[in-house]
Amino acid sequence: MNRLTFRKIVNNVMLTATGLCTLLTVSILFLILGYLVYNGGKSLDWGFFTKLPLPPGEDGGGMANAIVGSAEMVALAALIGLPIGFMGGLYLAEFSGKFLGFAIRYTADLLNGVPSIVIGIFAWALIVVPMHGFSALAGAIALAIMLIPISMRTTEQFLSTVPNSLREGALALGAPKWKVLATVIVPAAMKGILTGMILGVARVAGETAPLLFTALNNQFWPRGLRQPAASLPVMIYTHAISPYDDWHRQAWAAGLVLLAMVLVTNIAARWILSRGISVQKG
Amino acid sequence: MAAPATSYASFRRSLIVTGDEVAHLVTLAFGATVVLITVLLVWNLWGASAASRSKFGIGFLWGTNWDPNANDFGALPFIYGTVMTSLMALVLSVPLGVGAAIFLAEMAPPGLSSACTFLVELLAAVPSVIYGMLAIFTVVPLMHDYVEPALKGAFGYLPQFQGPMLGVGYLTAAVVLAIMTFPYIIAISREALLEVPRDQREAALALGATRWETTFKVVVPYARLGILGSIFLGLARALGETMAITMVIGNDSIMHASWFAPGYTIAAVLANEFAEATGKLYTGALVELGLVLFLVTMVINALARLLVIATTRKGSAKAA
Repeated sequence: MNRLTFRKIVNNVMLTATGLCTLLTVSILFLILGYLVYNGGKSLDWGFFTKLPLPPGEDGGGMANAIVGSAEMVALAALIGLPIGFMGGLYLAEFSGKFLGFAIRYTADLLNGVPSIVIGIFAWALIVVPMHGFSALAGAIALAIMLIPISMRTTEQFLSTVPNSLREGALALGAPKWKVLATVIVPAAMKGILTGMILGVARVAGETAPLLFTALNNQFWPRGLRQPAASLPVMIYTHAISPYDDWHRQAWAAGLVLLAMVLVTNIAARWILSRGISVQKG
Repeated sequence: MAAPATSYASFRRSLIVTGDEVAHLVTLAFGATVVLITVLLVWNLWGASAASRSKFGIGFLWGTNWDPNANDFGALPFIYGTVMTSLMALVLSVPLGVGAAIFLAEMAPPGLSSACTFLVELLAAVPSVIYGMLAIFTVVPLMHDYVEPALKGAFGYLPQFQGPMLGVGYLTAAVVLAIMTFPYIIAISREALLEVPRDQREAALALGATRWETTFKVVVPYARLGILGSIFLGLARALGETMAITMVIGNDSIMHASWFAPGYTIAAVLANEFAEATGKLYTGALVELGLVLFLVTMVINALARLLVIATTRKGSAKAA
């Protein structure tokens, strides 16, 4: 009986401990959110969205150029990376044989795991060195390289959730496979694929490391793709490590804007996905 | 009669390229871009690090001196910092992460479990520069004012806990890394635990095991490969993590025994020095560091993926 009591005590203690682990990890999110909203909310003003950064020592200014620069590079990266990833995903889900499919899938996963700073070096060697200068284009290419494996695996995942009866029905009507894909399978999976891709874009929009020595930074408005460009994550980095209080204030504001964008995208995407799946089941 | 028909059909097929074949080849070409990118990446890093490789050879890996002014480069301080911070981070995050995964997969009611999983996945989506910024303004002062003095008081006789307490350094970086690797370990371990068939649990409970004994002696061992895979994935993330570490490790290319001392990681030195590096040898040495980081994370990721694949295969085979 004594033994049983001991086992019951161990049971309860350990169960509570795992609960505490969860509580601790989840509370970190709320601490992050709370602290950032508190500091960022204090610092955010209209000028942040409309003004250029000022030199250290002068109060005020904003990060309008970084917002534009980020939007420009992320849009270009999406334009390059998403179509490539989408087509590759089509191959993986619909055409791939055993060996090639495994090889490409595995390589995509490995590429996805490559540290983003290494992707930065790659884009530097690929674009910055031949073009003799840091440029927004190099930054966009670095982000696009990160997007390709993400969107490829996303596309494959959602295509494979399309029920086989849809494929069989369309094929039985005599349609060739490519037509079945273009008119039945892809439209059926489109909502999921798009949502997944938006998540991927949100992820690369927060990346700093691949931009540090590709797009570099810029205190002025972006002037074309061949010039260095400011971006929100790099601005957060340079402002947060600076010794100036007003720059810290700007960093908090930028952090709040970036986090809000990432979290809103994520929550919206997951909400759409959960609704989509329940509709399919019913 | 049938033979001519088939041969005619196959003859026709060999001449006319059907839409399906075109689609197959086009999508294959796009799919192959990931292989192309990976090959190009290795080739580029290999080429760009030529100057450093030919000057220092393999000894680059254990050279302890990093002096751009004297053109003398050794990788050991960065390798040491990278490995140290990542392992310390795992020591902190594995018990917490696996514990949380056990709670979410085994104990929590489904509603709470999915809500918490959602929140943990949001944690994974927070950009690393934001973790870094928060760490500068919260973790660094906390470590400086409370944690490091307490550790020094308790374990001050060990060389790891001696020396000046700056707030920035190996230990702080490890704590930040631990926070950043939680989400991966929790999410993937939880999935591995959920793959365990129900009858395993029911059998153990029917034999009179308590809930905890069922979990710890039956469910966790059954899912061990997946959990191990999640730890490897977390390790690969930790090794390659750049921004948050750059902001809190203190950036000192001299190796210190003390965990309170500032250090450097491969990713951090790249982030700090690459844009301003001049000369073939200096950039070459930095690129070679990048190559080392790439190869290490590649091997660890490859192992982790194989482990995760192995567990899902095992799970589906048992279910069938």
